[in-house]
Amino acid sequence: MTPILEVKNIHKNYANHVALKDVSLVVEPQKIFGLLGPNGAGKTSLIRIINQITGPDKGEVLFNGEHLAPKHVDFIGYLPEERGLYKKMAVGEQAMYLAQLKGLKKAEAKAKLQHWFKKFEIENWWDKKIEELSKGMQQKVQFIVTVLHEPKLLILDEPFSGFDPINAQLIKNEILELRDKGATIIFSTHNMGSVEELCDNIALINKAEKLLDGSVKEIRKTYKSNTFKITFKGNMMGFTNALWAGAELIEKNSDEDVHTVTVKMLRQNKPNDLLQAVLANAEILSFNEIVPSMNDIFISVVENKTTLNTQSTFTE
Amino acid sequence: MNKLFLIIQREYFSRVKKKSFLVMTILGPLLMAGIMVVPVWLAMRDKTEHKIFVLDHSGLFIDKLPDTKEIKFTYGVGSIDAAKAKLKEGTFDLVMEIDIEAINNQKTTPHLYYKKQPGISIEQYINNTMENILFDYRLQGDSIDLGKIERARRPVEIATIKVTEDGEDQKTNSETNMLIGFTLAIAIYIMIFLYGAQVMRGVIEEKTNRIVEVIVSSVKPFQLMLGKIVGVAMVGLTQFLLWIILTLLISTFINGVLLKDQIADQITQNQQIEKVMKNDLTAGTDKMEKVKTPNEALDFMNNLGKVDKTHIALSFAFYFLFGYLLYAALFAAIGSAVDSEADTQQFMIPVTAPLIISFAIAQGVATDPDSGLAQFFSIFPLTSPIVMMVRLPFGVPVWELALSMVSLVVGFLFFTWLAGKIYRTGILMYGKKTTWKELGKWLFYKG
Repeated sequence: MTPILEVKNIHKNYANHVALKDVSLVVEPQKIFGLLGPNGAGKTSLIRIINQITGPDKGEVLFNGEHLAPKHVDFIGYLPEERGLYKKMAVGEQAMYLAQLKGLKKAEAKAKLQHWFKKFEIENWWDKKIEELSKGMQQKVQFIVTVLHEPKLLILDEPFSGFDPINAQLIKNEILELRDKGATIIFSTHNMGSVEELCDNIALINKAEKLLDGSVKEIRKTYKSNTFKITFKGNMMGFTNALWAGAELIEKNSDEDVHTVTVKMLRQNKPNDLLQAVLANAEILSFNEIVPSMNDIFISVVENKTTLNTQSTFTE
Repeated sequence: MNKLFLIIQREYFSRVKKKSFLVMTILGPLLMAGIMVVPVWLAMRDKTEHKIFVLDHSGLFIDKLPDTKEIKFTYGVGSIDAAKAKLKEGTFDLVMEIDIEAINNQKTTPHLYYKKQPGISIEQYINNTMENILFDYRLQGDSIDLGKIERARRPVEIATIKVTEDGEDQKTNSETNMLIGFTLAIAIYIMIFLYGAQVMRGVIEEKTNRIVEVIVSSVKPFQLMLGKIVGVAMVGLTQFLLWIILTLLISTFINGVLLKDQIADQITQNQQIEKVMKNDLTAGTDKMEKVKTPNEALDFMNNLGKVDKTHIALSFAFYFLFGYLLYAALFAAIGSAVDSEADTQQFMIPVTAPLIISFAIAQGVATDPDSGLAQFFSIFPLTSPIVMMVRLPFGVPVWELALSMVSLVVGFLFFTWLAGKIYRTGILMYGKKTTWKELGKWLFYKG
């Protein structure tokens, strides 16, 4: 399958700094692709290049196997982080204008807008001015105009900012539905929870360079550190003694006779070996492998640490 | 192309539909009509008849002060107190006492008593007529022939005549030329400032609303800029057109219907006054009246007829449009570089300076339309829209006009290109205060 988007060795320099340095990405169709990175990493620069708002100094971008060209803007939907609408313009009129700028015919735009307005139950907003709407309501309108022309590639930069949890869920479901209908989504955010929830693949950019990319599952597997969390009833001393040289106790927590410990396996030892060793002294209540969260991976990669700082307790 | 049209459409209708546009459209002509009508109306106000009782102890002025439509003189004798009593009774509005020595005094000081202050025109009229009577009287006293004086006094009025290319003589009038030139230059100036600033505000609005990035993901920034400039230009043209139509309607209505009689009166009265003044100076004034046209407005209309109207109108349309386009692009660039209107000041000054300089030198250009200064600034694209307009009614060689127009078009293309580069970077920059140095760097960013 041809990737919907291929970014090849992109370089972008501004007067005082390098925004992108030899960045390459492949975005598979009908996937949700997370574009991650700290502030100022170069994400927005890359997104703007994909949207043809600016051009790269070096490198090329392929859209559906073709060189990115002005005609492709009609197939891309973009929700920028810095977004807004004309405050003095009526909602319907404005949505019609933006839809037509994306190449929709007047009648087509109208029909599609009516469909979406109905779906979001906002039909009575049509003649209201944007400034009369609340921030969350504005965001809804903004989301509609982004996806209205049924883009093949949807680029969402922090799409959930400005939404309450209920509406955020609504938008989340819409995004998943759009993907199931065939759209590919590039999703840029700092909210790692939503990355785990939504993204199939990610790329992590820091200081103009891509540090990491791949599927979320694979990446999390790669960053596993063979650490387990065990909750048991019984004697703590006996448990510790039973951990022979094959495992190291990292953390322990006790609540009366219920203990929770984090244990790191050493060498090539298997979890079963550990269990066998401690079974005599403890009644196992739970046993989980600790898989690093995207948040941990993000922090560790950006801070260039070799070991993972697994403070969070996300488990799989 | 289709998208550009959409942008122009939005920019145009979103402005034309605003209440402020309607208000401006109505207020503009009212203001202009006001400027045209109020002086006339002011002059005509207070046209009540003034009855003046003249108590002339010298006897020189008795029956010699001519009546006008609003001033009626009655002569009498008696004491000043008795005369003043008439004022109280209300039989007369004014009482004038001329003392016995009026003929011999170095300076004659008649006293004018009133209950209600008369207008300055009445005072002036009395002053002038009395001075003339005294002038004639003294000359006669010295046995000087008034006919000789009349023959000696001849008005001089230069008729400037342009020798055209095809050898024809063409009468021109410098004052009329200057008036035409300045009026048109001011129209261009207003267009540039009023609508250039609208372009700038529009850009800032899109930036502060944060809609600009959404739009430039659909169209090229240059298209957005161009669409805005053209859209606002059309708003400006619509507004000017409506102003002209409404002003004409209002002023014809007022002049033709409301003030018809008064204007006719005014004209006859002016003539009368002039006649009176000369009558008293000389006996035969027929020749004089033929030389001097009584109505200045008529004079102006005559001269206007001599100016090549189509030529000027076409040139005006050209400079009006391209002058605006050039500056609008610069205004758009300024708008893109700032976050709010308050920050525009540092960039505004260099952009508006050429316009202000244009007017500063326009005066000199009008006095010497073919000087090197005039030539240079009427060709330099940032000043030519205004300076050339001032020069044009005086006649400009074809090659100079052509060069000026070409350089304006080239200037427009160059500055629009330059502005486009600043614009496309500026609109996506938030929060940082832009410096000149930074603007310079933006010019070299790759699209």
